[in-house]
This record gives sequence, structure tokens and C-alpha cells, in this order.
Amino acid sequence: MAERSFAREVEDLRLGNGDTFRGEGILAITKALLQSGVAYVGGYQGSPISHLMDVLADAKDVLDDLGVVFQSSANEAAAAAMLSASVMYPLRGAVAWKSTVGTNVASDALANLASGGVTGGTMIIVGEDYGEGSSIMQERTHAFAMKSQMWLLDPRPDHECIVNLIEKGFELSEFSNTPVMLEVRVRACHMHGSFACKDNVKPAHTIKDALNNPIRDVNRIVLPPAAYEHEQEKIKTRMPAAVGFIREHKLNEWMGPKDGKVGIIMQGGMYNNVIRALQYLGLSDAYANTQVALYIMNVTYPVIDTEVAEFCAGKDAVLIVEEGQPEYLEQAINTVLRRRDINARVHGKDVLPMGGDYTAQVLLNGVREFLEKTEPRLLGNRPPAPDATPTLNHPAVEKLKQVVPARPPGLCTGCPERPIFAAMKLVEEELGQHHVSADIGCHLFSILPPFNIGATTMGFGLGPASTSAFNVKADKRSIAVMGDGGFWHNGLTSGIGNAVFNKHDGVFVIVDNFYTSATGGQDILSSRAINKRRDTNNSIVKAVKGIGGQWVRQLDRTYDVGKMRDTLKEALTTREEGPKVIVASSECMLNKQRRVKPQIAKAIKDGTRVVKERFGVDEDVCTGDHACIRLSGCPSLSVKQLDDPLRDDPVAAIDNSCVGCGNCGEVAEAAVLCPSFYRADVIHNPTGWDKFRSKVAMAVIGWLQRRRDRRRPALEALA
Amino acid sequence: MRDETVRLALPAAGDATERPISIAIVAMGGQGGGVLTDWIVQLAENHGWVAQSTSVPGVAQRTGATIYYIEAMPPLDGRKPILSLMPTPGDVDVVMAAEFMEAGRSILRGLVTPERTTLIASNHRSFAIGEKIAPGNGIADQGAVSGAIGVAARNEIIFDLNALAIKHGSVISAAMFGALAAASVLPFSRESYLDVIRAGEKGARASIETFEAAFDQVQTKSFGDAAPAPSRPAKAVPPLVVPDADLARLIARLKDLPEPAAAMARAGLKKVVDFQDVAYGGEYLDLLGRLCAADRSAGGAGKSFAFTTAAAKYLANAMTYDDVIRVADLKTRASRRSRIEDELELSEGQVLHTTEFMHPRMEEVMGMLPAGFGRWLGARPRLLGFLDRRVNRGRRVKTYSLPWFLMLYVVGGMRGMRRRSLRHAVETAHRDAWLKAATEAVSTNYQLGVEILQCRRLVKGYSDTHSRGLSKFDKTLAAIKLVERRDDAADWARRLREAALKDGPGKELDGVIQTIKTFA
Repeated sequence: MAERSFAREVEDLRLGNGDTFRGEGILAITKALLQSGVAYVGGYQGSPISHLMDVLADAKDVLDDLGVVFQSSANEAAAAAMLSASVMYPLRGAVAWKSTVGTNVASDALANLASGGVTGGTMIIVGEDYGEGSSIMQERTHAFAMKSQMWLLDPRPDHECIVNLIEKGFELSEFSNTPVMLEVRVRACHMHGSFACKDNVKPAHTIKDALNNPIRDVNRIVLPPAAYEHEQEKIKTRMPAAVGFIREHKLNEWMGPKDGKVGIIMQGGMYNNVIRALQYLGLSDAYANTQVALYIMNVTYPVIDTEVAEFCAGKDAVLIVEEGQPEYLEQAINTVLRRRDINARVHGKDVLPMGGDYTAQVLLNGVREFLEKTEPRLLGNRPPAPDATPTLNHPAVEKLKQVVPARPPGLCTGCPERPIFAAMKLVEEELGQHHVSADIGCHLFSILPPFNIGATTMGFGLGPASTSAFNVKADKRSIAVMGDGGFWHNGLTSGIGNAVFNKHDGVFVIVDNFYTSATGGQDILSSRAINKRRDTNNSIVKAVKGIGGQWVRQLDRTYDVGKMRDTLKEALTTREEGPKVIVASSECMLNKQRRVKPQIAKAIKDGTRVVKERFGVDEDVCTGDHACIRLSGCPSLSVKQLDDPLRDDPVAAIDNSCVGCGNCGEVAEAAVLCPSFYRADVIHNPTGWDKFRSKVAMAVIGWLQRRRDRRRPALEALA
Repeated sequence: MRDETVRLALPAAGDATERPISIAIVAMGGQGGGVLTDWIVQLAENHGWVAQSTSVPGVAQRTGATIYYIEAMPPLDGRKPILSLMPTPGDVDVVMAAEFMEAGRSILRGLVTPERTTLIASNHRSFAIGEKIAPGNGIADQGAVSGAIGVAARNEIIFDLNALAIKHGSVISAAMFGALAAASVLPFSRESYLDVIRAGEKGARASIETFEAAFDQVQTKSFGDAAPAPSRPAKAVPPLVVPDADLARLIARLKDLPEPAAAMARAGLKKVVDFQDVAYGGEYLDLLGRLCAADRSAGGAGKSFAFTTAAAKYLANAMTYDDVIRVADLKTRASRRSRIEDELELSEGQVLHTTEFMHPRMEEVMGMLPAGFGRWLGARPRLLGFLDRRVNRGRRVKTYSLPWFLMLYVVGGMRGMRRRSLRHAVETAHRDAWLKAATEAVSTNYQLGVEILQCRRLVKGYSDTHSRGLSKFDKTLAAIKLVERRDDAADWARRLREAALKDGPGKELDGVIQTIKTFA
């Protein structure tokens, strides 16, 4: 079960001729695949392409009607390998993942695929997670396209254009027997827009046809001498074919005046912000009625030499707008022009930053500088461009810089991973600091305050593997943390298997929250939910033991901080040899709440007895040292100022977003913190016995309380 | 559309030379910024405009600061406008902040500028982790944000949208949508906003109520920089009670103290008597009287008796140390139960139980024993260890089940033993040493005396946290000793105290102490 249901979005996939699709870019892409007659789709979730996987996972009926096979691949390599179905058979196939991380994982399969080439159109949709808000290392997918020779599409951020390019992309792939990559940036994926739909297309040739009529051709297999042939094919046949197709179908676009002394060459993805920058400079209106010649590369690899030459001929200078580094396009275009001795000067990274987002602001400055150098007349009367610096330099705003606190992402309210790290913190206090390797997933937030645990992260599922060097006898042991997602992605072999085989004495904590939570709560092998279309409920513990793990502990309630702490201590101190594997399991609270909240609400409405738990803090017992928060960081555990002249510091307070996970009490108890915390159990629709018992108790209690209050000095006189 | 847009040096293309209306929503992941974004997009599309929204979910969704961005503009004879995917500093028409510090962040990003930006922000606070983990008061200064808004925003609509939403059983997005409608930056009618909400079936009614409440509040300008509403309704005024004679005598003695110390002493006296008894309150006033005398002779009159005021505050806190008896007493009070019932909005026919998470150690038990016996026991580590193994474990106490309540009730009633207890002896000794240091200091360096009193703030928490606080306190006083002869001793004392309140382990404090040791 993904974080949310995509039932409504699935309806969008049914749209046909004459309908208008309105919605997210990534869903437009999903629809475009069906319009292109794909026979199979696979991939691995991760922002920004998770929704593509989620919608298809919920769209069984639509896919069945069309005879489309959909797989939630084990990882990106598995997804890429899936494309081999298009090597021998005229099957259109598509896979999707987060890039460059996913492409890194997939590149072995991709290189093999690209070498042998394809018969059916294959498209790799990469969510380019680059720039502000990105969660990964800042690199370009461009390099992968070039090294394996796969065509790279980089459409303008416009649904119409993206959808059209996907349909054309499949033709291009088939025409040139080459896999095609579609690069869409994060914001384009989550962009709301619209396009005119076409009917979905049933694949002409289905997977079933292929299975029933197998074909093999040893020349498509990457093995000498075929491999050498493939390289020659790439150069002599596929590249020219692709260039011809791209020219003929005008996949790249020209805009603005034909003449003019300067022009701008850009990646398609940069188009919107370039137009805005030109608008600020008074050189375009909001409808792209531009006064500067533009060459928009919706295909950024291969570069179409003749088109570039044509565009630059007779110009004094061109500006290349290419996000990220190194500047592959700038280099390629320089070569094109030098070979042809076309003397348009090439500007790019000299006026634009080498790295980082090309926002409208950045482009405004870059284009302005370019024009000042080359064609200042164009800047004309220089209408005032937006400028926030006077405001930002105002003392009142300067002062604010010191005030506004950082707000890093953190574990959600009630997250089952919080008690695990609280326990690790307690162990740290007892046994000192250890080397901890972190992994990819929500649990990576442990590297941030308040926990500050974790030294490195080397990629999804590679937390355990990244401790493998620390395989020596020492006073301390290495600790590796990995999520269930990473475990099934590759961690079982690269981490646990590796540690078993090499007799690594380290500690390996597997955080099992029943989903790949960080990517949106998709099901995986060990998910506890019953999923009709997938085989879930496969035990991580069994897998670990199956691969040779001896010392394995399963905790089925991570909130038991005491037990968690003791298990960790045992793992760090036991004399037993080999890896110490701790599988800590509790359901992702985000998904659990989404599941049980409606159920509870209904139960209460139907008059069933329901006990709702919530935590609280006795403000007069709390002394405001916030030690509890330093072991929690739960969003619902905050602080509040009391209007008491005797108090300097705010006390801890729990707001009504508390889901009663139990962490606060457990930590207060295990860390011997303080008695301020209490758990309040509210019984809705109590039974007669409930009422009677509490009635009796409260009667006695009330009497005792009144008795004592009578003996207190009448302090109201001091109020 | 708008008059302040930049006309371009282009042949008259009418609207085409204008830029789209741009709206940035700054929020924290999970605040429903997505819903609000969809509403605004729908609103624009319903009027035949082209609307584009972008966001960056990913990890920011997990409670981090995030931003949603919308641009909208009518098409021009069938041609779609080209809309940007990111806000441009200095070119945003509306910024909507779902939290006050996020409003501040948007200003720092340059999204709010006096030429064009209407800022709609909720002035409630959701504290960032950095503000929460400081052992002292790490809460950021709201005033700085208000100040910046004053210079950055063209129009400002600031009030507690969150409280308003909760009051009407909905979420902040509905309130912000209402505020946006009332701000009338977009050329759309109030009705057309409501149509958008109605179209979405789920929770429409609560959303509409919230929308309307927010709309009216903005229209009637019935918000200043109104601070967030108090979380609990203020208690009714207590009935006028005639205190018993002994207490009345103490209250009378408050008059001997100079203002403003007297006011503080009043609160202090209340706390001390409530902690133990009237006699103990007398002890408090005796001590305070002596400190006040020292204050006068040190020329406190000219310093508005800062020393006495500080003493009134911190002496009360020192005398009402957190022991088992106090905790048990507080947990068993009627007022406590009713407070919880208020917080939970407990309704008729619901039953409430609470569970306390207690972890008593032998130290606490020993503290309750008569001083002599306690010391005797303290000198026998093996016996102590044996007993500790019996006592020292986490206990879940069901407060309102009779057996547990009786247990707490009895402990809470052990006031009689308190003043003979080991804990009391220890606390008293520690207190007197501290007061002595302060009194000595004030005669030669007035401000230093005050600072030393304020160091009491470092002692708090229970068990380990408490001992850490104590050690910080002792370290600080020791360090102050090193510099007491210097003119800037008070500044150093202040620096030490502030450092001690910065982090849990006390790294900052050790840093300052190192610095001091380099010259003292």
C-alpha cells in the first residue's frame, strides 16, 4: 500500500481522443507510455518518479485490458535487465527510476543493452534529481547516455511536448535500434499541466507472443567478436540513423527571429526559465514571442551537427544554456563549429555558473552578461528587472539571518525508527561512540540532530557493505544500519552475505518498517500487508539465516527502547564470532495511521469500545532541561513557555498530533530521565464495568484529594 | 490585470507583456501545502486561466521546510503562457507561510519584497529541532520576523491561521485559502473560491467554515500582530479566600521588601509554602530578608534591587527541589486530573486512565530517609548496590487505580519527614554555599552577585540529568571564582551560564572555562 491511493489518477489513464489530461507531469508520462503501445513497464520507486510506479501498481485493470505487463523491479539493475525483452522481439518497453543513483545501479545492464542494440523501442525514464531539494549527489545522467550511446531526450517542461517526445522517442529507438533515455527534472515531474489525450494503444506484439515464438540471434549478445561489431554498428549505422530521424521529425525546435547576431542554444528542460529571463530583459513576452533566436535541444545526445552549424552560421555569438557539469554540450558544439570553421563565439559556463540550478534569476544574470558582451543594443531601455537585494540588505532582514532556525527533514510523529536511534544514543552514552555506517532511507535522518548518529552513506543497501573494511579485532565493533528497502534492493548479498562470508564481527541493524517508506510506502518482499498482485510476508530473518547468519535477533516492537538497548549492547559485546544481525520491526507510522485512523473513527462511531492513547507532560513536574527531546526529536514533542515568573526555560509539551506510539515513556524510563511523562488512555464507548470501576475509584480518590486540599494553606490568597 | 507589472519594450501586445500572477507557499512537509496548491490551480483553471504548480516533495516531505510554487495567467488567443518552475526573488505576488519562522525564511529567500508581495502568514510557531534541544531557552525571537515583515512586505495579513483552523475543526490550508480570497490579489470572486472547496467532497463542510472564518477575519481586519491564542482557556478568578493567621503574617512581611522584588517574592512564597508548609515559607522570607539587607548595603537601591529580585526567584526554586514527595503530591492532585481532562477535551461517558513512567533508584529512596540513616547507608556501597538492584527499575504506575493512587498519595503526604531527610540536608548545604558566594560577591561587585544567583537556573532535571545540571552549576561557580577579582567578572559569569545552557553534555561550557584558564 503506497502512501496514498491513486484510484483517481488511474482514471486519468483511461482518457482517450478528445479528452484533456490535467495533472502531474509524471502521470502525463505514464499516460504517454500507454499511448505509445508499451508491452511492459518496470522500474524502482524514488522521488521524483515514485508516482509513476504507484499509479501503475494501482492500475491493474487498465493494464490488463491493454495486455501490458507491469513489474515492481527488485532494483534498477533488475529493471534495466528487463529491457532485454526488446532485444530480440518487437516489444516496446519502458523502465523508470531516480537518477543518477538509479542509473548507477542499472548501468551494467544498460551498457550490455546498448551494445547489442534493440529491436523493439525501449525507453528509460530518469527523474533527474538535480538542484535545490535534491536528496542525492549532484551529477548528470548525460554522461551515461554518451558512454553507452543511448539517445538522451530532455523535453521542454510542457506536458504536450513531453508526451509527444515519448511517442516519437519509441519510434526513434526502433528506427536506430538504440535505447532512448528521457530525462525529466524533479519540478517537471511534479508540475501540474495539461495535454490533449489520444486513445491508449494495445501493443502490436505482446509478451505472450514473444514467449510462444522464441527467437535468438547470437550477434546481439555481447561477446567477441559480436561486441566489436556492435561498436562499429553504433558508429556506422545507429548514430547516422538517429541523426537522420531527429532532423526529419524536427525533435529539436527553432524559435524567434531567423536573423540576428546572437542566439541561445539550450537543453529543452531550461526553456521556461530562459523565456522568463528574456522577459525580465524585455526580450520576450509571456507567450514566448521572443526577439532572440533560440535553438531548443529536446534531444541533448546526440548533438545534431548540421542543425547546430545552421543555427550558428552568420551569428557573432551563441550562449549555451546547459545545467550542471561538466559542460558536455559546450564542448561538443565547439568541436562542431571549429571543424566547420564557423566563427560564432561560444559562451556558456563563462557567464553562467558551472554548477547548481539554472533558475530564472541565475539565467537573467547570465543572459544579461552575455548580451552586454556581444549585443548590448538588444538590452534597449533596460526595464527594471526584479531585484530583492535592497530588501535582503536591509538591517532588519540582516538581523533575521541569525534568527531563523534550520528546519531539516526528520522522522515523522510516532516513527518506529526513533526508538531505535534513542536506544543507540543510550548505548553510546554507556559504551562510547562507535563507527556507524548509515544507509539510504528515512533512517538516514539519524545523521541529523538530535541523534547525530552515522558517519557515511555509500548508496542504497550499501550501509553494511561500507563497514566491511572494519573487519578486525578491536575494542569496539562497527555498526551498520540498513532499511528493509535497502536489504531487498541488494543489501542481503552485498551486506549480510558479504559479512557472513568474510566472517565480519560487526553489528548490522536492519530497520524493518514493512514498506520502502522514504519513497512513498511501496510494498516489498517483507511487507506485512496482503497484496493480491505481489508475494509479500517473506521474512527478513529467514533470509538472513538462509544466507548463513548465525547471531540473529528479531525485535517485533521497536518502541521497546530498553530491549533495543540491551540487544545492541549484547551485539556489541558478545564473544560470538561473525556478524551480529538485529532485525528491528515496527510498521511505518505514516502508513499505519493512514490505515487505522479511518478504522478507529468508524469503530468509535459504531459504539465499539476503543482505547485511544496519547502522551502528555506534567508541566509542573517538568524542569525544562529538554533531555527527553534530545533523545527523541518527535514533531509532536515540543516546548512551551509557562506564564510563571519563577521559570526561565520552556517546559516540554506534547501536542494533539501525538499518536501514542509510546517512545516518550519508554525513553523516560530507559534513560531514567524524569517522571513528567504520562500516557493518557481515553476509553471511548466504555463498558458498564469500565464505568463502574472508574466511578468507584474516582469516588475514593476524590475524597482523599479533598481531604488533603483542606489541609493545604489557602494559597489562593497569594494568587 | 495588475498595474504594477513591467511593460516591455515590445510592440503593444496587451496583456502579453505582463507576467503571470505568482504565488509561493512556504510550509513544512505534511502541512497540507499540496491541497492548497491544488485548490489555487483549480480556481485559476475554472476561470479559463492557464495554471502551473510545482513542488519538491522527496525528503523535505518529512517535516522539513518545503515550498510550493504556482503561476497563473489567461491564455492569449489560444496561446499558452510559458510559466516558470521556480519563484524568482523580487518577483512574487503572494507568499503564504504556514508557520511564522517559515515566513521569516521566505523573506531571507528574497521572495517577499515591498514592490509587489502580499504576505499571508500564520504567526503560530512550530519549533524547529534546534530550538527544542537546548537545555535552556532556545526559542527563536519572533520579534525579528515581525520586524523584517514590516520592511519586506507590501501588504501583510498576519494572524494565527492555525488556531482558527483548529477552532473550526479543519486544517490550516482552508484558513489560508480564505485569507487569500479576502486579500483580493487574484481577480476572482469569493464564491468561486468556495466552489473549488465544494468540488472536493472530503471534509468540505469544516473547510468551508474555516474558509469563511478566515475570510471575515481578514475583511474586518480583526487581527493585529495578535499573538497565538493561549493553548488552554484561562482559569476562572479564584474565590477570595481568607488565609489562616500564620500565612497572613507571612503575606504581611512581603511589604518589607522593595518593589519589584516583592512581586517576585509573592510568587516565590506561594511556591515554597505549597512545596512544604507555612513555616518553610517563613524560612524563605528570613533568608530573603538577609539577602535584601546585603543588597541595600551594596547600594541595591540604585540598582532597582536586582539582587533581591533575583534572590526571590532563584531561592524559591532552590528551596522547592524536585524530590519524590513533591512528584507524588503533584501527580495525585485534583487540579492535575482536571488539567489533563481539559487538554484531552474529555467528554461525558468517556473514561480516562493515566500511566506514569517512574524509574526510582536507590538514590531517591535514600534521599527520603532521615539524614543520619541515609549517610550510614551511603557509606555501605555493597548493601546499597544490593538494595538498588531491588529498587532500580522502570515502573508503570496506573495513577487512578486505587492501589497505585494510595501508594502515591501516601508518599505525597510524607512532608513531615522531608525536613529531616538526607536530601533536604544536602540541598540546604548546597543552597547555603551558593547564597554565601552570592552575598560575598555582591558587596564588591554587584552585578556578579546577581549573576551568581542566576546560576541556580543550571540545576534542574531528575537523576542523571539533575547530577549533570549540578556539575555544570559547580563548574560554573568554580570558574567564576577564578575571575571574581576582574572588573568584567560579571560578563564572564553570564557567558559561562549561557554556554552551560547551550548543549546537554556541556561542551560549550568547557570551552569557555578553557578560555578563562588561559588568562586566569
